[in-house]
Parts: sequence; C-alpha cells; structure tokens
Amino acid sequence: MSLGPEASVTDETSAPTADAAEVRGPAEKAIAGRSLKQIAWRRLKKDKVAVGGGIVVLLLIVVAILAPLLTKLFGHPIDEYHIDQIDPTFGTPIKPWGGISSDFIFGVEPTSGRDVFSRVVYGAQTSLTVAFLSAFVSTILGVIFGTAAGFLGGWIDSMISRVMDLLLAFPQLLFSIALVSVLPYSILGLDGRWSRILVLVGVIGFFGWPYIGRIVRGQTLSLREREFVEAARSMGARSPRILFRELLPNLAAPILVYTTLIIPTNILTEAALSFLGVGIPPPNPSWGGMLSDAISTYQTDPMYMIIPGGMIFITVLAFNLFGDGLRDALDPKAR
Amino acid sequence: MSRNTRAIAAAGVALALGLTTAACGGSKSDDKKTDGASGGKSAYNLAITEVVNPSTAKGGTVNLWGAQDADFWDPARGYYAFVWNLNRLYTRKLVEYAATPGKAGLELKPDLAQAMPEISADKLNYTFKLRSGLKFDDGTPITSKDIKYGIERVWATDVISGGPVYLPAVLDPKGEYKGPYKDSDPNKLGLKSVTTPDDSTISFKLSKPSADFMYLLAMPGSGPVPQKRDTGAKYTTAPAASGPYMFKEGSIQPGKGAIFVRNPNWDPATDPIRKALPDQITFTVTTNAEDMDSRLIAGTVDADAGQTGVQAATRTKILQDPALKANADTPVTGFLRYAGLATSVAPLDNIECRKAIIYAADPTSIQAARGGPIAGGDIGTSMLPPNIAGSDPKYDPFNRLPGKPQVEEAKKALTACGKPTGFDVTIAVRNNKPAEVKSAEALQAALKPAGINAKIEQYDGAQQASITGSPDNVKAKGYGIIIGGWGADYPTGTGYMQPLSDSRFIPKNGNYNLAEIKDPSIDALFDQAQLETDPAKAAEIYSQINHKIMEGAYYLPFVVDKALNYRNPRLTNAYIHDAFGMLDFQALGVNDGK
Repeated sequence: MSLGPEASVTDETSAPTADAAEVRGPAEKAIAGRSLKQIAWRRLKKDKVAVGGGIVVLLLIVVAILAPLLTKLFGHPIDEYHIDQIDPTFGTPIKPWGGISSDFIFGVEPTSGRDVFSRVVYGAQTSLTVAFLSAFVSTILGVIFGTAAGFLGGWIDSMISRVMDLLLAFPQLLFSIALVSVLPYSILGLDGRWSRILVLVGVIGFFGWPYIGRIVRGQTLSLREREFVEAARSMGARSPRILFRELLPNLAAPILVYTTLIIPTNILTEAALSFLGVGIPPPNPSWGGMLSDAISTYQTDPMYMIIPGGMIFITVLAFNLFGDGLRDALDPKAR
Repeated sequence: MSRNTRAIAAAGVALALGLTTAACGGSKSDDKKTDGASGGKSAYNLAITEVVNPSTAKGGTVNLWGAQDADFWDPARGYYAFVWNLNRLYTRKLVEYAATPGKAGLELKPDLAQAMPEISADKLNYTFKLRSGLKFDDGTPITSKDIKYGIERVWATDVISGGPVYLPAVLDPKGEYKGPYKDSDPNKLGLKSVTTPDDSTISFKLSKPSADFMYLLAMPGSGPVPQKRDTGAKYTTAPAASGPYMFKEGSIQPGKGAIFVRNPNWDPATDPIRKALPDQITFTVTTNAEDMDSRLIAGTVDADAGQTGVQAATRTKILQDPALKANADTPVTGFLRYAGLATSVAPLDNIECRKAIIYAADPTSIQAARGGPIAGGDIGTSMLPPNIAGSDPKYDPFNRLPGKPQVEEAKKALTACGKPTGFDVTIAVRNNKPAEVKSAEALQAALKPAGINAKIEQYDGAQQASITGSPDNVKAKGYGIIIGGWGADYPTGTGYMQPLSDSRFIPKNGNYNLAEIKDPSIDALFDQAQLETDPAKAAEIYSQINHKIMEGAYYLPFVVDKALNYRNPRLTNAYIHDAFGMLDFQALGVNDGK
C-alpha cells in the first residue's frame, strides 16, 4: 500500500495547525470566529471534485440501503431465473448489449438470465457493508493500539510495533483464502451471506489496522511532547484525561482522512476475494464474484463484465476523490 | 481388500482425476444433425456416425494438443480417458475395441489373440491363442508370459498406483497374490489363476463367472510388458511398445508432451485393427486453452487430445460459422451429471421428499448452467447414459423432457411427505467446478417456489473422497443434495451403475453411491447380471436396475454430458469412437503428407 508516506505528511503538518488553532483560539475568535470544523467545511465545499466524489458516495450508500426497494421497483429478485432471456445454444443473452431492455435495465446474466441490475444493487450492499465495517474495525484497533504504543512507550511500544511489522509482512490474501474456505457456513446463527460478510469484515479489518496504527503511534509520539500536554500534565491531569481530552481530539483529523482512504482499498480487497471464489456464497451477488463469472463470457457478452467492473471503478474513484478532498480541507499545507 | 472396495477405489480415482477420466462415451442416432453430406465431405456431427475423409494415404504428422498432460504413460497406471485412447497407439492387448464409428466400436475384437477365447461351460476358464510374428519395439518376440507379467503389474498398487484395479477381484478375490515386485517365483510369474502352458497360449481361471471380464482384458493395464524392461515406478518414462507406434527416445517430458514415431518391429500383417497412417504423432501440452482453440481454428493443431470441448468464446464462433461447424462434433462423453439425494439426511429419508426435489427442479435452467443443449448436453431423465446397453432415452419417469419445473407435483409430493410447507436442505458442491456451482445455484432457485429452502455449501473438490465420499460426514454435515458426475470405465451397466447404487459399494471414504441406496433387490440384480453372458438379456437386467433407481427417487439426473470438439479438415479417417466419446486417435491420418 502506498498510503504510508502520504498520510505521514498529513500528520506532521496537521498537528501544528490544530495546535495553533487551539492556542490562538481566543484571539482569532474576535476576528473570524470560525472553528477548525468550519474552516475545513468551507474548504471542502470549494473543492468541486471532492464534493462530486462525496455525492457519488452518498448516492451509493442510499442505493445499498434501499436495495430491496429498488429491486422491487426496477428489477427482479436476485435469484430469479429468466431462462427465456438466454439463447440456449450460446448461453448469452438474446437481446443485444447484454440483454438490456426496459424490463432488465442493466441486462441479464449469461446462462441464467438473472437480473444484473438487482445483482449490482445487492452487490453494492455487500461491498459497502464489508468496506465500511472493516474500515471501522481497522480504525478502532489501529487507534487503540497506536495510541497505546505511542503514549505508553517502553516495552509495550516495542511489542505492539513488532506485532504490526509481523502483520504487515503477512501474506494477507493467501491467509484470507485459507481461512475463509475452512470456516463453517453459518456463524453466530447468521445465514450464509451475513456470516460470510462478518468473516470478511474480520479478516480485512484485522489485517488493515497496522497501517492506521502506525500513523496514530507516530502522531501520538510527537503530540505527547507538545507544550499543551506538558501544561496539562503540570496542572495535575492524569493519563486518561491527557489521552482523551488532549491527544485524541488532535488525532481526529488524520484518523478521519485515513479511514476514508482505506475504504476503497477494502472494496478492492473484497472484490479480489470474491473474484478468487472465497467471497459471498451463491446465490448472493458481489461485484468481484460477478467479474469472476464474466471471465468465461467476456468475448461474447462484454456488458456482463463492464457493469460490475464499472461499478467497482466508480466507487473506488469516488471514495478516493472524496478522501483526498477531505485531507486537503483538514490540512491545506499538505497540498 | 474386498472386491467392492477395490473397484470403488479404482473408480474413485477415475472421478478425482478430472472432467473426462475414463469416459466411455457413445453416440445415439438422434445426435446426427447432418445435412446428408458424406463421401469425403465433412459435416457437423458426421464423425459420430461415419468415417470422415476415408483414406489409406500414409505419411505426415498428426499434431495433438492438450490442456492437461497424461497422468501416466505406463499402461497399468494411466486413468485419463484420452490416455486410454492414445494407449491404442503403442499397447496391444489380447482383445481391443473395434476401429469403427458408432455402436460397432464397442465390440471387442481379437488383437494379440488369434481369435476370441475358448470359454469353458462353467464360464470360469478363458483360453487365448496368440498370433505369430508379434514383436516389441526392440525386436524381442511378445509371448504369453509378457502378457501375464503385464497383467500381474495391476496387483502392484504399492509401486505403480493410479490405474484401475478390477482384475484382482475376478482372478484373486482373496488377495493372495502381492504383485510381481514381491513375487517369490523366480520368473515373477506367481499369479496362479493365469497360466501360460506355452509361449502362445494363455489361460485365465476366474473365481466366479464375470460377464464383464473381456472388457477388463481390453483395458491398457492388460497389455504385455517385457519383464526385463520393467523399471517399476519409472516404467512410465519409457514404456515398451507393442503397437504400431513407440515413444521417440527421450520425448516423454512431464508437463510438456510426448512424440510417437513408427515402431519398426510392428508387422501390419499381425494387426487387423490399426491402420498406422501418419509417420509421427505429437502430443503437446499447453496451459492456455484459448490459445489452443485459436490454433485449432487456424489449422496448426489437428485436434484437442483431451477432447473435452472448446472454450465458450470459440464455441460461439464455431456454431455461428457454417464452415467451421462442418468440422465440429458434439458427441456424448458417456458422463451423466446428476445430484445424489442422500437417504441418510432427514427429511430425504422419505421418498416423497426426494420426489419433491426432482419435480421442483427446472431441467432447462440446469441444462443452461451446464452449457446448454449443445455444449452441455441433453436433459437427463434416468441414470443410465445412452452409450450403455439397457438405456432408454424415452424412459422419463419424472416427466423432465418437456423442460419445465413441476411445482404442483412437487407440492403434492411434499404433502405426502408430511412437509406441506417445504423444508430446509443443504446442497454440497465442489468449488473447483464452475459448471457444478452454477447447476447448484439453478437448482436452489428452482426449489424455492416449492418451499424447499436450499443453502449451497461449496467444498474443496480435491477433498471429495473424504467430504461427500464419506457417508459419516454427509450425515453429520446434513448434505442432502450432492452434485456429482460419473462416467463408466467399461461400457456395461455394471461398469456404470454398480458404484452408484450397489449397497455393497459404500466404503467409509471415496463413496460414489451418494444416495446410499441399500436395496437388496438392486444388489441381487447386479449379481444376476454378472452371470448373464447374453448382452441382450444383461441389458434387460440393467434396464430393470435403472428403473428401480429412478422409482426410488435416489438421484436427480441433470444432463447427458456432451462436448463440442473441432477437428482439422486435413484429418483423414476421423470418427468418434464410442468407447471413449472422442476421436479415435489411432485411426487418424493427414491428407497433405505434412
């Protein structure tokens, strides 16, 4: 992953800004009266590309949440076969452009005639759920271990740092394939789809935390020597107060930025795992699984590859643009 | 080891090895969709019924490519169907399948033997007389002792594993013989049930009558092996040749291929079966199936050695272009694709619940999942494929041929089963076979309207023997519906159906009687068939067994497997051999001498 150096730039420069804003706070209030949040929001609004990305992201979230409704209105159930839409000899859709028609707005799946629109919409549910939840898991773990390592130092720091090194050097994809294929069909009484989503969230989230953990650790290390921390300490503040009232608010910006940037990576990882056949069990759709299916027919029915491939492309691009914009807004010096 | 477990172990290998292992495909006249063309002209599916481009012109090279290398060139160890087919180039047996298209190809002809054997009245003693003038590729004569030694090697599964192990059950049921490598006899000819009174006579003494014994003698493992050239496990790198071709020295390269050149010591006067037209036959292994397809179309490769069918894109190209289509065939491979309905898993212990599944399944969507009527195969209606005597394509007890799911019938069956609102069931499917996963999805979708909620559990296909092949595991995991496929090692009802339905064929591991059928009347019919030497009467018995399996609703047949293969127009004497469901490689020639 190439996010390390980019993000570290953020850390070093965003801290003084936050720091300065706090220190200069009362004096500036008289002149401008804007908090850091307001400043960032104004900057973000001016960034048309980031706003565009943000709107696409919001749209995708709405689509994923409303998947059952959208399918009812514009599509067909995800596991309903429409064999009459398929040419029996070739297994490809009878109608041109992958079987696109007013009834099947994104066309139909080769060999089965299932509605691609419904499958893409439900695939969005899968992809976004996995991406968001695993980003959440990574962030929580990363913040806990990162601050612990940075703030406590000593042997705790070296131990956590070694564990992070170990995880970063681990062949994540191979491990995921092995793990996912031996796990039982149903976990915690959930059905096949949600228990597998849970597993993917766990695996992707667990292997993602060292990236965020390292940044948080570095940030904490530099913050804990700052004057305002010294001041708090000299006034008798205990460790929990310093941690939660002094350090964490200053960590919020980089954590937020980094979380938006690991979401697209998680979407790609989920797609890769589904592509390799260890994702969501059939008949539940996922974008990576659809791409994997499309390989055998890409020459005869390219639309079936273009649609899920395009969805992955748009989603990852939108998240990246929004994440970049957010970073610029929170930290203009990083430009 | 008992007879049952041996046969099952052998059969287990057959399926574990891949798509078309040991297929004994055949054809039906209704596959013929020719435009009446014949006589030097090629047409779609013409090679299934007649010889395309008949010729006696010698010379040239036949270039075969394959996506998979041979498992073993050692005749006793190979188990892939295409390896058995290529084996006809370099190994002669006492009897061999006739070199003719259609059903006539399933007939066994004397090969090394002068004539068909003398069989004693009690059907236990078979005596063959050998032809004169038979020689190995190094010029040494082939004697009855070489044949006996070759057959003995089948016992040595500890040293040379991989091939089918049927003969010990017939010739040595108590397992007294330990194979030639552990033989205390100085000549290593210690197998008592096979005797060689002189160099041109060989006799077999069976422990009990076996109607299928001659088919076992036609398997590659029953060919002659010169004892002094046998290097045990290494024999596969340089097997001796008794047929018209031998391996070019050093040409066997694992993962790359092999080259066959003429055997100078083969005398055409001694061989009524093989024509031996080309000077050379090359077999090249490629990992790029799409590249192989484009070479086939371009004419730089003559045929796919595996004969497993072209990829989807090439399939479309061939079927849309009449000129290409005229050089393509879609023979049945001899495999059936089906789902076993495990009687050990509730509620499928109730026949009515099994019937509900069969009625609710949509034959057309499953056929589409397998590749459609041309590349996938015809809708399956019963458990005996059309290349095996006793099969009746019109026998359709569950009315599957119209191609529609019968939800009303399914609901009736559910009521009779005491589950009017349906039930939950698990479909187990191999994760390394995309067409099987798609079939499972199609079945799952079709069961839903009847109220049967199926969940699909994918498992590692390489572990099949211990996952769906283990009755204990099937019961523990509740695998009610198990997706599978099967092809026979030799074209009789016993060769096909016994591993799938005989209650004595249920081992702890590697079980293929997926439904765990325990019906004494079926077992008795198999025993009866072994005593029946008249093929027509045996076929009648196999038909009865097939009816009993279907009446018990033990299996849900999907399709009668087919493969779309392309042959180079320059190939002469091209025809599909029913015993393999693929081109008869030994008959091929080329018309341009290159």
